Formats: sequence, structure tokens, C-alpha cells
Amino acid sequence: MIRVCALMDLPPGEAVRIVGPHAPIAVFNADDVLYAIDDTCTHQEASLSEGWLEGCFVECPLHAASFDLRTGEPTCLPAKRSVKTHPVVVKDGVVYVDVEVNKDVA
Amino acid sequence: MRTIAIIGASLAGLRSAQALRQQGFDGRLVVIGDEIHLPYDRPPLSKDFLLGKVEAVPLADQEDLDALDAEWQLGIQATGLLSTQEIALSDGSTVEADGVVIATGGIPRTISNTHVLRTLDDAVKLRDALAGAQHLGVIGAGFIGAEIASSARALGKEVTVVEALPTPLTRVLGAEMGAACGQLHGDHGSTLITGINVDSVNVDGVINLADGRKVDADVVVAGIGTRPATDWLVGGPVKVANGVVCDAGGVTNAKNIVAVGDVANCAGHRAEHWTSATEQAQVATRNLLAGETVATHTNGGYVWSDQYGVRIQFIGRATDDVRVEDGSIEDRKFVATYRDGADKEDVVGIIAMSNARLFTRLRRNLK
Repeated sequence: MIRVCALMDLPPGEAVRIVGPHAPIAVFNADDVLYAIDDTCTHQEASLSEGWLEGCFVECPLHAASFDLRTGEPTCLPAKRSVKTHPVVVKDGVVYVDVEVNKDVA
Repeated sequence: MRTIAIIGASLAGLRSAQALRQQGFDGRLVVIGDEIHLPYDRPPLSKDFLLGKVEAVPLADQEDLDALDAEWQLGIQATGLLSTQEIALSDGSTVEADGVVIATGGIPRTISNTHVLRTLDDAVKLRDALAGAQHLGVIGAGFIGAEIASSARALGKEVTVVEALPTPLTRVLGAEMGAACGQLHGDHGSTLITGINVDSVNVDGVINLADGRKVDADVVVAGIGTRPATDWLVGGPVKVANGVVCDAGGVTNAKNIVAVGDVANCAGHRAEHWTSATEQAQVATRNLLAGETVATHTNGGYVWSDQYGVRIQFIGRATDDVRVEDGSIEDRKFVATYRDGADKEDVVGIIAMSNARLFTRLRRNLK
């Protein structure tokens, strides 16, 4: 588990991008439910954390591909492949993401 | 409709084919493309492809192609519309179709002894030429010219960009933001020469400027715009004037023929953009199946360009009243809005450098 930020620093509608040895991850606060997905759009190099959050969907800022934050699946073209999702936990007001899922692709 | 022929097998043509199937068209689908390649994405050609980071990026994988169940006639040109239901092809054959989608795109304007960059084959030639070059000359400082210049710099080449306008990209972005983009060249060691025409290019790559100066390049690429690929339609049943003349729904003077992408002059406007090609395909195919214009497309005018590590995004239209809302031009990271309207306060356009987040947010509010 890696520390993302304090929960108060991730208000509803916001996103943060975390980098490290793992692929960049975007963590979203969608109406008080937190989701983490791989940050890079599967269509072309663009950061989903900079995208438009609506409900539990995020729209890529470059070509408007949309992903379901719950499953990582694209909901429309031009993206075809899913982004990986990661478990998020909040403990003592701090947001953590489990990046284990990413290890095999690192 | 039993048969629909799509003329053009790039982004607009492919998206039209996909949209037709999505909308339930289960008849025969024929796609005719003058390139031998299955649909690939053009934007990476000036960037990662030249850098050798990617090869051709397919727009559809095998699974997509199987699902489309289309007949691909590739490496074949449409040479004319014999009627509104019959297309003549360069191999001497004809295709009969109840519906036609024209998606033949654009043809780059050229200057002798220069490369152009439109197709995958163009990109292969340019990449090969660059490998042996010391000094790349780029004629035209628009987005494609700037992206090629940026890639060549990344490859360690000396780069000189020659632009006829006093400021690059003025017509798209206005003078102030055009200048901001032009500064990226100098930031990254390319030389930008503006306000001068090119007389000719020698076979060895030397560029002769109109004022007698010479640019001692050894490979030259021209990014000076395109013209719509409508030569094959001249004298045929479909009206042509700066592209295929169609209404805001992509429907031509023949109700069973629609036009999409760079070739389409929709309600007096011809866009040459990736996003509009995609959006037009949805609308035009719907109208084609309906047999009349039931939907129209408003071109948002969204473009993006990656150059020198900076991501430029623009949407809407440029005016002289442009205001930086966040960041600064000097930092090459900012968002600015263009204002117009009755009270001169309406946001009618947005431009960003390396701030996709705020750009995305503001474009939501764009009228």
C-alpha cells in the first residue's frame, strides 16, 4: 500500500496523480467514493487525472475516451483497452492505494 | 439499403463503417482505400513514428475488423462517380452501392524537392531521409511543421523552420498565441524564420528564400496545408467547391451520398481535424441510413499538438481579445480564453499549453 494524500486534500470532483516505480496512477474522488486507475489513457499518451470526472466516469482530456472508474473499462472509442483498477483504502484520514496489481507489468 | 460503399479507408472512413454497424446496418459494406494499408492513426506519424518509438498505430485491431465484416479494397483509387450509385475504380472495375460515404481526405500541397507528411508511406520516406540528414528544413510553421521540427530536434538534427506569415498559426490561434507557439522553436534550438516566402528548393535541399537568403538544409519537408481530395469527383453528380459540398449533417446534393472528414465542406466549413472527422462520421452515417438530414454536427474546432514536450490544446475560435487565465506564456504552461460576443465577455475559444486539466474544465463551459 502506498500513501496518496490526506483525504481532505482530495475533495469530491478532484483527482491526484501518483508516480513511483509503478505505472502512474490516478486517484479520483467521485462524490465521496474513491477510485484508483492507471493514469495513462490506453488510447494515446494522456493523463486521465487531468480528465473530466462525471459520476463514476472519467473522460480523457485529449480525445474524449471515457472510462468507468469502477471497472476500468472504456465506454466509448477511441479507447479500446481497459485501464487497470487498484484498491483504495482510507485509514485515519489518509488515502492509500494498493499497487500490487501493477507489479507483474512493471 | 443493401450496399454501402465508403470511399477512403482512414479515420473518417473507418469511423463511418463502425458507426454504420453500430446503427444496425447489416448489409454489404465495401471500403475502398487508395493506400495499401488498413486504417492507421495519422497523428503519431509526425511524432513518435519519426522518433522510431512506434511503428504504424492501427485504428482497428483484428477483432474490430472481423466485427465490421467489410470488404476492403485497398491500394485502389476511386476514379469517379458514374452515377449516384456507381463508383469507378482504378483497377477498371466498378462498385454499385445504394449509399456512398465520401471520406477521401486531403492531399498535401507540395513544393519540388521536398517531402510531405500525410501518409504512412510519406512518413517512412521522411524517417529514412532524416536518418542521413544533418539539417532539416521545414517549410510552414503550422502544427505539423512544428511537430516534425520538434521530432527532428529530438533526433539531434539542426532545424530551420521557414514561415510565410509574420507570425506562425495566426489564422488558427491569433497573433499573440501564434507567437507563443512560435517561441517554442527557439526555446529548443530550432531556428524560425518568419514573414518570407520560399522561392524554390534545390535538389540538394538548399532552400531559396524570396529575399535571396538561402537555408542550407539537406532534407526539406513542406507542411503548407492540404487541398480536399475531390479531383475524382469533378464532372460527377456530387457538387464540389472547396471539398464536397454538404449540409451540416454531411449530406450532399444526392441524399444517398454523404461526406465526412477533411474532404467534407459542411455548411460552408471544412475542418481538417481528427476529432471532427470522428464526430462527423456518427452524424453523416445516421443521415445516410435515414435517407434525409435528421442530425447535424457542430464542429467544436478542437485540435491538439504535441511539440517540444509541450501539449497545445485549442478549441473554438480565436479573437484578438485573448486573456491568460492561469499560468504564464513565459513558463509555456498556461490556459487562455478568447472573448467575443455582444458584451465582449463571452468565452468563444480556449487555448492551453501543458494544462489539460484546466483546459478540459473550461471547455465544458464553452458555448
